[in-house]
Amino acid sequence: MKKASVIAIAATATFMAGAASAATLDDVKAKGFIQCGVTTGLAGFAAPNNEGKWEGFDVDFCRAMAAAIFGDPEKVKYTPTTAKERFTALQSGEIDVLARNTTWTFSRDVNLGFEFVGVNYYDGQGFMVKKSLGVKDGLELDGARVCVQSGTTTELNLADYFNANNMKFDSVVFDTADEVREAYLKDTCDVYTTDASGLYAQRAVIANPDEHIILPNIISKEPLGPLVRHGDNQWGDIARWTLNAMIESEELNINSANVDQLKAESQNPSIQRILGVSGDLGQALGLSNDWAYNIVKMVGNYGEVFARNLGEGTPLNIARGLNAQWTKGGILYAPPLR
Amino acid sequence: MAIVKTERHPDLPPPTSQTGVIGWMRENLFSSPLNIVLTLVAGYVSWVALSSLISYAFIDANFAGTTREDCTGSGACWVFIKMRFGQIMYGFYPEEERWRVDVGYVLVAIGLFFVLSDVVKDKKWPAIYLFGFVPVACYILFSGGYFGLEHVETAQWGGLFLTLVLASVSIFVSLPLGIVLALGRRSSMPVVRMICVGFIEFVRGVPLITVLFMASVMLPLFLPEGVNFDKLVRALVGMSLFASAYMAEVVRGGLQAIPKGQMEAAKSLGLGYWQAMGFIILPQALKISIPSIVNTFIGLFKDTTLVLIIGLLDLLSIVKSGTTDKEWIGMAQEGYIFVAAVFFVFCFGMSRYSIWLENKLHTGHKR
Repeated sequence: MKKASVIAIAATATFMAGAASAATLDDVKAKGFIQCGVTTGLAGFAAPNNEGKWEGFDVDFCRAMAAAIFGDPEKVKYTPTTAKERFTALQSGEIDVLARNTTWTFSRDVNLGFEFVGVNYYDGQGFMVKKSLGVKDGLELDGARVCVQSGTTTELNLADYFNANNMKFDSVVFDTADEVREAYLKDTCDVYTTDASGLYAQRAVIANPDEHIILPNIISKEPLGPLVRHGDNQWGDIARWTLNAMIESEELNINSANVDQLKAESQNPSIQRILGVSGDLGQALGLSNDWAYNIVKMVGNYGEVFARNLGEGTPLNIARGLNAQWTKGGILYAPPLR
Repeated sequence: MAIVKTERHPDLPPPTSQTGVIGWMRENLFSSPLNIVLTLVAGYVSWVALSSLISYAFIDANFAGTTREDCTGSGACWVFIKMRFGQIMYGFYPEEERWRVDVGYVLVAIGLFFVLSDVVKDKKWPAIYLFGFVPVACYILFSGGYFGLEHVETAQWGGLFLTLVLASVSIFVSLPLGIVLALGRRSSMPVVRMICVGFIEFVRGVPLITVLFMASVMLPLFLPEGVNFDKLVRALVGMSLFASAYMAEVVRGGLQAIPKGQMEAAKSLGLGYWQAMGFIILPQALKISIPSIVNTFIGLFKDTTLVLIIGLLDLLSIVKSGTTDKEWIGMAQEGYIFVAAVFFVFCFGMSRYSIWLENKLHTGHKR
């Protein structure tokens, strides 16, 4: 009841906020930095390092936008937001862009009045099992005891998946992620289920991560992406094409190491366009033509950012999976920059 | 020939089994078979619990090194706390500016020492210093922007520093405001009384988490776009008002314990309302409220951790954020133990001070 009225008020306020569309790019240029909403801490996505600098996959998206706009990835100020207040912060103009592992859904896009600019991480519910169990696929889990966190959609997805495949399961429910992990390690259950990125983070904590595998089955859709306010299409375009430029440059094999060389020598028209050698994509966005060059040079392409924050070599050790390029078995597909 | 001893035999010391450690143990721990069993059981349980805690926290713990790879022992990895100590203490406050926070601490400590201790009898100047000068000086020091000090946004405040700012501002605001509200609630003027009752009951009727949530999430929606109060100010206002309502009820409890005759006697001496309150009623009422006032302060100090839900990184939440740094995933135990220890030191300190103050002001009414 209370929740419903809060949402109603929030929605009303959104329409008011949406109507008053200011040119965010001009504001951002005037104040000299982007105010970027991130999480208060999620392994690999955003967390302060020892020196108090924010680091992570979502943080690098903010830095890429700053590189595109200012040619300086450090011109970002971070606002740590909780799951509950993130949308208000964006609606009220406290932040310019929200990059906070937020799932793109209809109601958030339409009812709350936001503009999701794309998907920077395809997440989804997965399963982790001990290697000793010998299970290689989710469909072999008939009769399994599954550890799950209470009060989340995870529970519902789990039931749907097992029912749809005519399998039986016992769910063992806990309150917090840490409790679930401990129970799983103590063999209270055979399977640990939550969003795949969360499974990787939990596996990193376990003493012998190699003894556990994350099954390839993903049973729910959790497309995570950055978002901006409705009503300022230019700003939305900048955010969208920042993301697309990162993905496209990986597909074109442009990375921070070879970008200077490619800019000077490449005859490939796609590379010339994206790096601003020919055409004026940057100006069309209201930026300089070397915007995408700056992104790749200063922050890196999508693959580099993924590898640095989430990929193999980091404690999270997340496989690219769905987040691989469409040419490499994933579903990452940027519209052409032309 | 005297066979009757005329002088008294000198007092002998009590038998050794009745005094000292042995006597105390005989009386308190081993006075009956049941007590002996209980003592042994309790001793065993605390030995088991303490020995594993001590070996976890000290003997098997890791202190040296700079990364989690240096944590090879089976116990706690205090390297995590060591590497992030500055961040846990000051948040994102720029490192070269952190001396300003320390200077602020020293100013407050000097003021607290002279106001709270017995060194100076006349508290007028210490009080003016602590409640007048220190807040202004601390504001200028912490926030900057004056006298060539670089401006440090409140978004960069964090850690223990933020916790102390939240707690001390709410304590400083809530005590005077609470007294005023308590007096207002007992006032004979109906409008004043109704306003005070309304405020107290309204604020006490909602949880602190709701107040913070309203201040942080709902308030910005009602303001025109672009008008934003500082997030910290919103939290401070919310917490101070909340604490005032509780303080008002604590003080009212003290006021009600003072017999009516005191007020009547004061009036018959020709004292007005404020004089009677200031010289006769409030000193007595506040004295008997000390345990409850300190209780409220301690509760308030710990409640500051609730700002976590509005994304302010106080002592607890900055440690939590630290445990999500991919270099330090899974350091939650160490973090929480450290935070608990810090909170214990502060709360225990407040509690001991209140006991000392009670004894000092003890005038024979206590049973």
